Amino acid sequence: MKAFVTRHPTWSLIIGFVVAVLLWLIFAPWTEGMEDVLGRKRVFLNAIFGGVTLGALYFLVASGFTLIFGLMRNVNLAHGSLYLLGGYIGFEVSERTGSWLLAFPVVFVVVALLGLVLQNQVFRRMEGEELRQTMVTIGLSVVLADIMLWIWGGQSYTIFAPDWLSGPMTLPIVSGYRSSGEAVMLKYPAVRMAILFAAIVVGVAMWLILNRSRLGMLIRAGVDDREMLAASGVRIQYVFLAVFGFGAGLAGMAGIVGGTFQSLSPGEDTRFLLASLVVVIVGGMGSIPGAAIGALVIGLAEQLGLVYAPTYSVVFTFLIMAAVLAFRPQGLLGRA
Amino acid sequence: MRKSLVASAVAAAFMMPSGAMAQDSIKLGILVALEGAFAEGGADGVRNVELALQQAGFEAGGKKIEYVVAPSDTTPDTAVRQARKLIEQDGVDIIIGPLSGSEGIAMRDYAKTVPDKTIINGISGALETTWVDPAPNFFRFNLDGAQWGAGLGTYVVEEKGWNRVATVAADYSFGYTNFLGFAVDFCRAGGEIVERFWVPLGSSDFGGVIASLPDDVDAIYLGVGGTDAINFLNQYNQAGSETNLIGGTIMADQTVLTSRGRAKDALIGTPTSGPLASDDPSEAWQNYVKAYQEAFPEDERFPSPSLFGVGYYIATLAALQAINEVGGDLGDGQAALHEALSSNPLDTPLGTVELNENRQASGSVFITEVVDDGEGGLKNVFKARVDNVTQTLGMTPEEFRAMGLPSRDNPDCAALGGGG
Repeated sequence: MKAFVTRHPTWSLIIGFVVAVLLWLIFAPWTEGMEDVLGRKRVFLNAIFGGVTLGALYFLVASGFTLIFGLMRNVNLAHGSLYLLGGYIGFEVSERTGSWLLAFPVVFVVVALLGLVLQNQVFRRMEGEELRQTMVTIGLSVVLADIMLWIWGGQSYTIFAPDWLSGPMTLPIVSGYRSSGEAVMLKYPAVRMAILFAAIVVGVAMWLILNRSRLGMLIRAGVDDREMLAASGVRIQYVFLAVFGFGAGLAGMAGIVGGTFQSLSPGEDTRFLLASLVVVIVGGMGSIPGAAIGALVIGLAEQLGLVYAPTYSVVFTFLIMAAVLAFRPQGLLGRA
Repeated sequence: MRKSLVASAVAAAFMMPSGAMAQDSIKLGILVALEGAFAEGGADGVRNVELALQQAGFEAGGKKIEYVVAPSDTTPDTAVRQARKLIEQDGVDIIIGPLSGSEGIAMRDYAKTVPDKTIINGISGALETTWVDPAPNFFRFNLDGAQWGAGLGTYVVEEKGWNRVATVAADYSFGYTNFLGFAVDFCRAGGEIVERFWVPLGSSDFGGVIASLPDDVDAIYLGVGGTDAINFLNQYNQAGSETNLIGGTIMADQTVLTSRGRAKDALIGTPTSGPLASDDPSEAWQNYVKAYQEAFPEDERFPSPSLFGVGYYIATLAALQAINEVGGDLGDGQAALHEALSSNPLDTPLGTVELNENRQASGSVFITEVVDDGEGGLKNVFKARVDNVTQTLGMTPEEFRAMGLPSRDNPDCAALGGGG
């Protein structure tokens, strides 16, 4: 952070200014002139929170994806299928046991196991052949999509959030004033706040593991120079297995989250694969903080776009991606 | 000598069946969306083609009927690519499809490039397909999206007393068209449209739009379908909103009502309109539903045929009736078949359908309401029926043309006698 500020004083100033304006827009009461330009404050706040919570979901999917890429140079195009599979299994678990929370560990373990099998039985056999691995992951995603269509059919599934998370909660942010002058607090779906909180916890935990633990040290070393790490006697296959299993499990848990505040159906796998690709391209391949920033930017662009410029909302994400590729091809936090 | 005999016998064995097949069978190509938001509806379309062919014993006009399925993903370019594949590679004679609105418009243009083939619309509902520069070999036996919305506006104003609505509808041709049918009727009945929101097809996160909906309205009209509809309802519930809902035609279709999870419960009490009511008491409909239920095991079908399914069923019936009519003769660029398709009234499970000069059907629209079926599911119950809805919604073609094509701002509610 400090190094960044000394190296890029102008950029730091611009970023700091944008963040300050955003915070001011969120917390300050709006004057009538502002409401004329930006519409009602409630709408703006909902778009911002919608974008941030959507970004949280994208982060959960994309962080595993970027970790796997960073370490193994394996663009896992079956990542979206793991997401969808996790969602379906989560639906079955929560439907049968009645417990939404229980679905998370179960799905994590099941999908992580599938990830381990994929890594150990498939990708290990073609190590170092990146193109071949990528092609195989496309093939796997098609096969998995058809198997899921066979088992769960084409209808949509929504996972029901538990009672303590259903309905809206009141946030300590003023969204407007009644004619009597009384402040109206922002009401926002409780389940989305819970998911945002969970994503932050997962993100911080990942950062801590990567930067403060021995496993994290091995992973970072592997990202920098795989061959040297292997040559120094580390059993790199185990590191690969751990990362692949963890990334897959995370994608599976993201499936439950997606099934709770959106829905699950055939085609969602490719949608989320595309979203994670865009997120990691914007954020920088292999970087966890990059995935977080990329997810936030894409989530906000989608939601603000949908509210303020619905016609062009689809374009915004790709415009951002094109701009990043043009001016900073390694991604915002990627290393050249 | 012996060798050449064997060779010619082998050649004959290979030649015979294929030569005979070209004469004795007619090939149908089923162009249907099996990916994307309407995948499940598309699968029901295929089931219903099978049902219609089974009932005819896979024969019409003395010829064997075969079929090939070509999957699309609701985008026009995939639809045209698959249609070309059907005609150029599979050699089909008649295409049945497509399923979604913009695919229909693309297929109308494609139809003009293959004038000696026949395209019978599956269930796509864009008005333009048969209204603007229609193709002479493109036939539509289902009502278009605007017709499906007719009658609902009057119903909500007169029966429900809902005069002020905000609308959220999908930002593509079917969304505009279906909304136009509702809005023309609603505004003529004196209703007011306070605000219109258009959301891109395939939107999955509607939080911002839900927050923007005005508070002081009697109801919200929802013109989205498939997974988009489920996502909307899910987030609508989570945001704690509780205004009355009015559904566009695909809002409370079987695809939404049979989805798993409880998001759909927000739909209870929502009136919708469309080309069918699953509990329509008429005999033709009841017999068809019975045949559908008997033809497929319970876990491989919807409780009753979906809108998409019925569309493909009727299109197949139309093809079979016309092939019978011409005795299987597809010669002369299928001219006789085209004539038979456009001139004969067709008896369908939804009543008799007749084509107008644009080869577009006129028929009945049903108003239904969503209720709890008492077994944890939802169903539509029949409320009213509006007969003889024409392509121009009861206006003269000139008036209808003057109003302009469906778009985000059309129709102008105030010009039709409403507010907003």
